[in-house]
Amino acid sequence: MTITAPPPSTAPGPAPTSTLLDFRDVAMTFPNGTVALHGVDLTVQRGEFVSVVGPSGCGKSTLLRIASGLEAASHGTASVATDRIGYVFQDATLLPWRSVRANVELLAELHKTPKAARAAKAQEAIDLVGLTGFEKSLPKQLSGGMRMRTSLARSLTLDPELFLFDEPFGALDEITRERLNDELLRLFVEKQFAGLFITHSVSEAVYLSTKVIVMSGRPGSIVRAFDVPFPMPRDPDIRFTAEFGELVGEVSHALKEGHR
Amino acid sequence: MAELGAVQVPTGSESVAIANARMARARASFTRARVVLPPLGVLVLIIALWYAGAAMFDAQGRSFVLPYPHLVFEHWFLDPARRLEIFAYTLNTIQVMLIGLAIAIVIGVVWAVLMSQAKWLERSLYPYAVILQCIPILALVPLIGISIGYNTPARIVVTVMISLFPMVSNTLFGLQSAERGQRELFQLQGASRLTRLIKLQFPSALPLIFVGLRNAAGLSVIGAIVGDQFFKRGDPGIGVLIYNYASRLQSADLYAAILTASLLGVVVFLLFGLLGRLAIGRWYDFG
Repeated sequence: MTITAPPPSTAPGPAPTSTLLDFRDVAMTFPNGTVALHGVDLTVQRGEFVSVVGPSGCGKSTLLRIASGLEAASHGTASVATDRIGYVFQDATLLPWRSVRANVELLAELHKTPKAARAAKAQEAIDLVGLTGFEKSLPKQLSGGMRMRTSLARSLTLDPELFLFDEPFGALDEITRERLNDELLRLFVEKQFAGLFITHSVSEAVYLSTKVIVMSGRPGSIVRAFDVPFPMPRDPDIRFTAEFGELVGEVSHALKEGHR
Repeated sequence: MAELGAVQVPTGSESVAIANARMARARASFTRARVVLPPLGVLVLIIALWYAGAAMFDAQGRSFVLPYPHLVFEHWFLDPARRLEIFAYTLNTIQVMLIGLAIAIVIGVVWAVLMSQAKWLERSLYPYAVILQCIPILALVPLIGISIGYNTPARIVVTVMISLFPMVSNTLFGLQSAERGQRELFQLQGASRLTRLIKLQFPSALPLIFVGLRNAAGLSVIGAIVGDQFFKRGDPGIGVLIYNYASRLQSADLYAAILTASLLGVVVFLLFGLLGRLAIGRWYDFG
């Protein structure tokens, strides 16, 4: 696997169609012989939000782990054209002894950013996710949704060009989940990152994405890709339209077929 | 705390709020009574049984086996010479205990940090921590005596050996307790091993370190007193006093000394529990 270094930025503002993630014939076989992924071709461009749905254990998360560099693909190439990668885990993975502010500052701290700069960066991110006023709260004082917001804010401090999400809202209740979906869409429109989002929920995938990818059961490979035609910024009520329902139905069908 | 909520919300009827507040207070004091009264009742029962037993032995003319409680308390608190003696010996015990505990903390944490750095190090070193815990300390007493003498250092060695294991094991498990996601969060940012240790593993370990510390502190009291029984030279502690009182059949004094030693154990346990709550209670529910 190769991770291409980001090109030296000479022109202000990168080209709007640059490819940030490029998987070519990626396969993953774990040392114990489990084949998690097989022949995966996938690109994510700037301005694209790609969701991946698939049955449990199909290697969706492995896809993210390879993209982030946590794992190396056993076959094929996985190129990432940026070093500003945000990664949002399934759990909020906050440090319980740190306040919201200190948690959000963590990544900048690990990159040895000066104190004033990282405080400003953290405040900006906290405001962006709507946690203003909770800077001094500890994780145990927050609801699950607020913890996830903190986790999002923490990744936002990196100004990610590529944002990876590993089923971040899976553990939340329906209402919180929908609210966070809306917030995420707002951030996506505002920040114009490239998103790769793993989820179990087909309707969440369709609602958030510009492209939905359906994976088969183990070994995971891409069965079908759907372009989502609805424009951004997206109206929350789109979820109740016939077109939306139809697309969700199609994706669900593809998911079932792939499972067989 | 529904009652408190009712108090805070301004209702139309003031008197209802006051009545609610009064009821809440009554309920709170009732709860407190339910917490405090049962153990107090048991204490009363113990003292009653003690009196009954003392009366029985007294009738047999063997009152030295179990002296009356009030006699013990007289010797303990009212006799200035006894009080001073018990106090001075207890101070020696506390000194040995604290030195031993401090050494056990340092060795324990260093040992655990070493083991947390690599699986092969853990595999190499952990068995010896378990073996250390399994060695009957009595088997080592003669060896400790002939190698470093029968003075305070020997008592400290016994204390360290007894209190070391909970420090090692709790710190090790604590250092390994960070979740996988948290570890990967650091890994993704290219954090160094040292950064990860300081900013993730060590804070994550604190709850278990304080559990280990509380257990180790309790054991260090036992260690210091056990050490007294075998190494009596120099300035020994309350263990020697207990031994002396017993051999002289000063049973009221003996009981006073035993109660002091027990009290020391309880105070140490509570104190280190409090220390844990003060240190990490803000973010962790430390029992």
